[in-house]
Amino acid sequence: MEPVIEANFQLAYPDFRLQVDLRLPDKGVTVLFGHSGSGKTTLLRCFAGLNRARGRLVVAGEIWQKEEQGKIRGIFLPTHKRPLGLVFQEASLFSHLSVRKNLEYGMKRSGNQAGAGFDASVDLLGIRPLLDRAPEGLSGGERQRVAVARALLTRPRLLLMDEPLAALDLKRKLEILPYLEKLREELDIPVLYVSHAPDEVARLADHLVLLENGQVAASGPALATLARVDLPPAFADDAGVVLETTVAAHEADGLTRLEFPGGHLYVSRQDKPLGSRLRCRIHASDVSLALATHGDSSILNTFFARVQTVAAADTPGHVLAQLRLPDGTLLLARITERSRVALGVAPGLSIVAQVKSVALLA
Amino acid sequence: METSSLSAIWLTIKLASLVTVLLLLIGTPISWWLSRTRSRWKGPIGAVVALPLVLPPTVLGFYLLLFMGPHGLMGKITQALGWGVLSFSFTGLVIASVFYSLPFVVQPIQNAFEAMGERPLEVAASLRASPLDAFFSVALPLARPGFVTAAILGFAHTIGEFGVVLMIGGNIPGKTQVLSVRIYDYVEAMEYGEAHILAAGMVIFSFLVLLALYGRRGHKGWSR
Repeated sequence: MEPVIEANFQLAYPDFRLQVDLRLPDKGVTVLFGHSGSGKTTLLRCFAGLNRARGRLVVAGEIWQKEEQGKIRGIFLPTHKRPLGLVFQEASLFSHLSVRKNLEYGMKRSGNQAGAGFDASVDLLGIRPLLDRAPEGLSGGERQRVAVARALLTRPRLLLMDEPLAALDLKRKLEILPYLEKLREELDIPVLYVSHAPDEVARLADHLVLLENGQVAASGPALATLARVDLPPAFADDAGVVLETTVAAHEADGLTRLEFPGGHLYVSRQDKPLGSRLRCRIHASDVSLALATHGDSSILNTFFARVQTVAAADTPGHVLAQLRLPDGTLLLARITERSRVALGVAPGLSIVAQVKSVALLA
Repeated sequence: METSSLSAIWLTIKLASLVTVLLLLIGTPISWWLSRTRSRWKGPIGAVVALPLVLPPTVLGFYLLLFMGPHGLMGKITQALGWGVLSFSFTGLVIASVFYSLPFVVQPIQNAFEAMGERPLEVAASLRASPLDAFFSVALPLARPGFVTAAILGFAHTIGEFGVVLMIGGNIPGKTQVLSVRIYDYVEAMEYGEAHILAAGMVIFSFLVLLALYGRRGHKGWSR
């Protein structure tokens, strides 16, 4: 059996219940996505052992927690005995220690006195110039990068991140996201990443868990889960799919061609070398449908597709159509109910999807 | 300056230093507990610790006298151990002063622990620090300004005590006669010159202590 993270938690507060049963991949970034109050941070704290839920948690084949109903004796590793790394929403560096001492704090206590991976982590997060500074003098983005490095240097089996970008302004966010993307490519441990920002999901997620009112509304590979039309309405307002593409050509007229298994997309010129990978997001509201190609349209990115399913959208008078390209790639289109009737959009119909705009995520 | 003044000054400094050290040792766990507990005893215990803030020193002294005296609980224990009775001894003064100055030490430290919140300890735990390790390596250093304030207040308040000392320690030169009592004696004996030297010295000392305290406050904030 493929190793996985198994988590089963039940937690009841007077005004909130958390009840989850999850099996998560043991590599890549799993984003716990939900609106405020959905319980995503509480769930993360249960993984860390900071909140004590009843249940079971197995990470990398080790039992971190096993407390079942009706049984008095159980296993509950306290936080400091769990080999995890934790990055909080706001700066959490120890203000009485320099950046270097902050990094060493966890290294010493996790048996990493030798500093294995020190140079790699410091360079990965670009914090070498900051090592001898005090946390007070750092910007919010710099502090978060130090906090990530500090967590990595304990050589964790699981990295937990609780909305690490939420307290930063847009500029800082854009500054730190590339580091997180690098992290995603280079880390060989699983990452649980709490977020309520669809952009972070689109850029970072390999696996996606949608939480609503303390329950798992959906859990699955990120790209496939985003393309579902049956998600609870709370997630539908941002409906859209994410495609993994490769930069294939920079053309003379200022466009870049991106390729993905289902075809190609033209976007304005990207400063990326040929062959580099690029995630892009296609919002459902940016996809329109036609029954046949029109040579007289200004829209460049059109795809032949077959309608898979049609579901009611969150806005009145609209529906969400899931389209399948010949290779299996899924797209979502939000169209009016009137157009659905006019075009006769129904499962099985062959159709042309016109993509009006593509959001590039790197 | 008369030798009795000098011995009173020396005794006072010795008392205040010893009491400050004891208070930091005793006050820290109490402050920690008060800042972290959700027990229903938090209110009552906190109130008991704060009692000396509002009680007349004579009241506190009166009960401590009974407590340490030959018929009091502590008196019986110390007699049974062969230590005699602690009232009218330097040890008795130390014990009384610890009670008297406790709130001045507990409150700044408690404030500092509370201002720090849970987060630094959670971070420490995520970096493999055991709770005890986190207390010494994170909580104490972060609460350092609170400890400095507590030490200054505890020391200064013990220097300034009068009523409790009179009740419990009396006025034995070289043994229990502290500065404030010495000044009282000079005034009783109409020796205003000697009284002035000690009194003015106290004014200057107290001013410098408060200056140090308020200077810190302006610099870094009260409880941080």
